[in-house]
Amino acid sequence: MSLIKAEGLVGGYGNVKVLNDCTVEVDRGKIAVIVGPNGAGKSTAMKAVLGLLKLDSGTVTLDGRDITKLPPQDRIRAGMAFVPQTENIFPSMSVFENLQMGALLRKDPIAAAADEIFSLFPILSDKRSQQAGQLSGGQRQQLAVGRALMTRPSVLLLDEPTAGVSPNVMDELFAKITEIAAQGLAVLMVEQNAALALEIADTGFVLVEGANRFTGSGSDLLNDPDTRRSFLGGRP
Amino acid sequence: MTDILNAFSHITSLLVIPGLAYASQLAFGALGVTLIFGVLRFSNFAHAEGMSLATMFCILITVWLQGASVSIAPLPTALIAMFLAIPLVALVFIGTDRALYKHFRAINAKPEVFMIVSAGIMLISNGVIRVVIGPEGQSFADGERFILTAREFREWTGLTEALVLKTSQLLSIVLALIAGGLLFWFLNRTQMGRSMRAYSDNRNLALLSGVDPNKIVWVTWILVAVLSVMGGVLFGLDKGYRPFVFQQMLLPMFAAAVVGGLGSPVGAVVGSMVVAFSELLLTFAWKKFLAYLLPTGLAPESLMQILATEYKFAISFLILVIVLLIKPTGLFGRATK
Ligand SMILES: Nc1ncnc2c1ncn2[C@@H]1O[C@H](COP(=O)(O)OP(=O)(O)O)[C@@H](O)[C@H]1O
Ligand SMILES: [Mg+2]
Repeated sequence: MSLIKAEGLVGGYGNVKVLNDCTVEVDRGKIAVIVGPNGAGKSTAMKAVLGLLKLDSGTVTLDGRDITKLPPQDRIRAGMAFVPQTENIFPSMSVFENLQMGALLRKDPIAAAADEIFSLFPILSDKRSQQAGQLSGGQRQQLAVGRALMTRPSVLLLDEPTAGVSPNVMDELFAKITEIAAQGLAVLMVEQNAALALEIADTGFVLVEGANRFTGSGSDLLNDPDTRRSFLGGRP
Repeated sequence: MTDILNAFSHITSLLVIPGLAYASQLAFGALGVTLIFGVLRFSNFAHAEGMSLATMFCILITVWLQGASVSIAPLPTALIAMFLAIPLVALVFIGTDRALYKHFRAINAKPEVFMIVSAGIMLISNGVIRVVIGPEGQSFADGERFILTAREFREWTGLTEALVLKTSQLLSIVLALIAGGLLFWFLNRTQMGRSMRAYSDNRNLALLSGVDPNKIVWVTWILVAVLSVMGGVLFGLDKGYRPFVFQQMLLPMFAAAVVGGLGSPVGAVVGSMVVAFSELLLTFAWKKFLAYLLPTGLAPESLMQILATEYKFAISFLILVIVLLIKPTGLFGRATK
């Protein structure tokens, strides 16, 4: 059974239905990627998994426990971490202060957790007293992931972690994400760069109009002519 | 040589010291404005009235203490009263927040709505002050008025131009340094202060990180209460308390906060210096100063005043307009948003 599973999600904003029976799940040490066209409801699905969306129906379970009614902060306490698509750092605070804020819910000393982040993202260590708003796009995303990891979560939700970064940095970020999953975390990630993301994914969910269109292993989706044509830019 | 010393003594006494004292008093107000803007996200029109109300509480307590023969002469009794007034004013501010602002936060009202609500609170406070202490000025300064009087200075130095230092001026500067230092320590070095900055920086992420918004709001009003009491009392000790003179501080306070960049505490302090010294430099009569320094023949006939004192308030307005036109984010404001 998957560590985190969101099943049959239906919901949206006010009267606008965005999710129409969407299911995503991922287990410890695995990476699941949600791909799909703009406006398909990928970010909305992530919000639903974290508890930021009012659901009409559907259930979310964490390690077998039903957390559908749990507010976001309690889900974070229970081991979930979230990197939003935008505004995912505190721009006028220093890199280190961002990490400190990430660890706010933890009562134990944060030095060890911070050291782990610094060894995962050495650039953050060099820039620890710099204002986060002055970092480059790639460094910002590293900081956003680092901030989320400060609670030492068991589930990491990433909404387009490579948005707006250069191809080199993108490869590096994907490598780090693989590394994070290898430490035993369940990683659920939304990605625009579907082809690249599916290469490192154990599972892929293709979301269209708020519903699962295709579900399969990363390589299955990559090799399926249908999905290739419609969602991966039709590259040969 | 005596001429140079006289010139120096003249501008220190009439420009530098009053400027620093005024900037300090302004900084208390501008810091409050900027904290409310940064954390609660609206321009608090009631801020000057809040300072007046805070000073009123302090005066009532001072009178009561004086009646009970409590004194810390040569320091003014109001300094003790300040500590007793702070919790009261904090309760008033938090009460106002719970009665009014809280509702508008809950319904996610636009900043303009908060601004109008604060204008309403300004009018109510104005009425309360009128009823409780009346519209007349109050003198509540006791203790030693001067640290350095003109006579003492002249006897010591033999200079014609005396360097005068009032107790209220030195208190303003010293207390502003202490309070400012503590505020920056709190904001930068404590977890609560960091959470406040985080909440001001990126509200959603702060909430996700586990920041308790109610606590942030409370702590903000408590800080604003401390700043309002101190700023109001020091201004009152220096210039005499007239309940509605604070309203004239509103524009300079906002100008200072905007020059520094709304939401930036460092900016508020720097902005206060800019506004205070612009007002003084532009309305200062440079005649005497120049007369000491220039050769006799060249001494100016006129007052050498760039603007008449009556235009003092236009200066803040002008600064506000210039900053909003050239650099709306101010000196230390957020570049991106
Ligand atoms: N906060 C919101 N309020 C109302 N509608 C929203 C909100 N966020 C997203 N939407 C709408 O929901 C749909 C799905 O958006 P989103 O989940 O962000 O898509 P994706 O991440 O797949 O690009 C879009 O039509 C978008 O306009
Ligand atoms: Mg999205």
